[in-house]
Amino acid sequence: MEWEAVIGLEVHAQLNTKSKIFSGSATNYGAMPNTQICDIDIGLPGVLPVLNMEAVHKAITFGVAIGAQINDQSVFARKNYFYPDLPKGYQISQFELPIVGVGHLDITLEDGRSRRIGVTRAHLEEDAGKSLHEDFQGLSGIDLNRAGIPLLEIVSEPDIRTAKEAVAYLKTLHNLVRYINICDGNMQEGSFRCDANVSVRPKGQEKFGTRTETKNLNSFRFVERAINYEIERQIEVIESGGVIMQETRLFNADTNETKMMRSKEDANDYRYFPDPDLLPVRVTAEQIRQIKSTLPELPAEKQQRFVDDLHLSTDTATTLVSNKALADYFETGLKAAPEHGQLVANWVIGELLGALNKASLDITQCPIPAEHIGTLVARIIDKTISTKIAKTVFETMFNGEGTPDEIIEAKGLKQVTDTAEIEKMVDEIITQFPEQLADYRSGKDKLFGFFVGQAMKASKGKANPAQLNEILKTKLQN
Amino acid sequence: MAITNDEVKKIAQLAGLQVTEADIATYADNLSNILNLVGQMDNADTSEVKPMAHPFDNSARLRADVVSEQDQRDALLAIAPETESGLYLVPKVIEE
Repeated sequence: MEWEAVIGLEVHAQLNTKSKIFSGSATNYGAMPNTQICDIDIGLPGVLPVLNMEAVHKAITFGVAIGAQINDQSVFARKNYFYPDLPKGYQISQFELPIVGVGHLDITLEDGRSRRIGVTRAHLEEDAGKSLHEDFQGLSGIDLNRAGIPLLEIVSEPDIRTAKEAVAYLKTLHNLVRYINICDGNMQEGSFRCDANVSVRPKGQEKFGTRTETKNLNSFRFVERAINYEIERQIEVIESGGVIMQETRLFNADTNETKMMRSKEDANDYRYFPDPDLLPVRVTAEQIRQIKSTLPELPAEKQQRFVDDLHLSTDTATTLVSNKALADYFETGLKAAPEHGQLVANWVIGELLGALNKASLDITQCPIPAEHIGTLVARIIDKTISTKIAKTVFETMFNGEGTPDEIIEAKGLKQVTDTAEIEKMVDEIITQFPEQLADYRSGKDKLFGFFVGQAMKASKGKANPAQLNEILKTKLQN
Repeated sequence: MAITNDEVKKIAQLAGLQVTEADIATYADNLSNILNLVGQMDNADTSEVKPMAHPFDNSARLRADVVSEQDQRDALLAIAPETESGLYLVPKVIEE
């Protein structure tokens, strides 16, 4: 039988506010344990939460960016459960009335096809603390620095059909939250986390199968592996006559398997109710209009502009906008060679990303200022240097040895375009290799390359290649 | 409206309370009585009664995104029964 998977994703994005969602504690990652907590975060009796306006602003910004309905009134609710890293015994979240309603995200698949994935909702909530289970003689250590960091939980519709689509959706979302500056997107540090709901059904059947939820997928690779494992596991269970149980599973990155964590029967009954400490959040149309008008250019818009205005290929544009820092780098570099977008892009995507990759650096750690890449391209265009020499200049720049013009000057790399000078050089070469010359003239055309090589070598690579070819051809024939 | 013994057990489990088998029937009885009292109130005709003052027409006061808290770890750890290396220590809980 042919099977089809139905996948929905829940993403928890930590909002990059300076202070927590309901208190004035700091939110820096990696601080010493429990140094960024206060009476509100640890749930002391009698304290009252006060909502951070920046968290609300960022949630609305996200809603606007995905074309979602922003609810003019949203309500915080208590989600009740006991766990040591949740000091109050409840998490403040939103349940019936989330701040962001139905929206959508357009994703591009590997084969270039585009798909629209629905976003059911996005709501504000507080993060929990961290439990450390090692090294405490049978006890667990609790660090509450993370407790109260604002989260935006983004829930997709079950519109996704393959692990690859899931990854494309996540990457698009990950890129978007960084473009609109609401989340730093650092997956290793847990700023952007994903749970996957997966079920399978016979192809063509409308009714959904029973789904499982796999938690804590903190890299794109893990998401793909976990979903593929879960799809195969479920098909195998059903085909061998079994039944899928609704349950929560954990992904193990070492074995590439998911394992049952708890079943539906043990599942918590969260007994949500409106938090009496917090009044409803109201958002005005004026507020939404204002946020809309200050929204930065979104990845999809930027890509379109790169193709339409700068005449970049779709592939190039896609690569550039896939990372805001990379797109910014390209646009800064472009200023020095505004008419040559594709060439600047080729240098950025080809040479630069290659060199960064080799040095295990990312674009934000790039040793070459963007302006210098633009200047380098401008020097190729104005024929100061050849493309080949440009690579030498590039390598020198990458080692931090100055601007393109300084390097060209200091190393004497300026291209030789003086016809008389090249002719002189060619004459010398021809007299140096009389045998090859005779062979060439008797029909060994391949030797042309030999002469080009020798002449280039004599010019230390600085002869203008087109001119050199031209002159050589004429001289060899005479 | 009656609360069953099983519901008492479920509520106790969710609330993290230890209830002895002997007490369950009493709790079921008490909880049922409370619900019945609320049920009685439901029967009162309040269609002509104006609601008392309530805050629900107000909206949340928001605060600016400013770090206003200092590190007060020593004081906040001192009130806990057990700590180590700046962490609160609790009985081990790992969901299996």
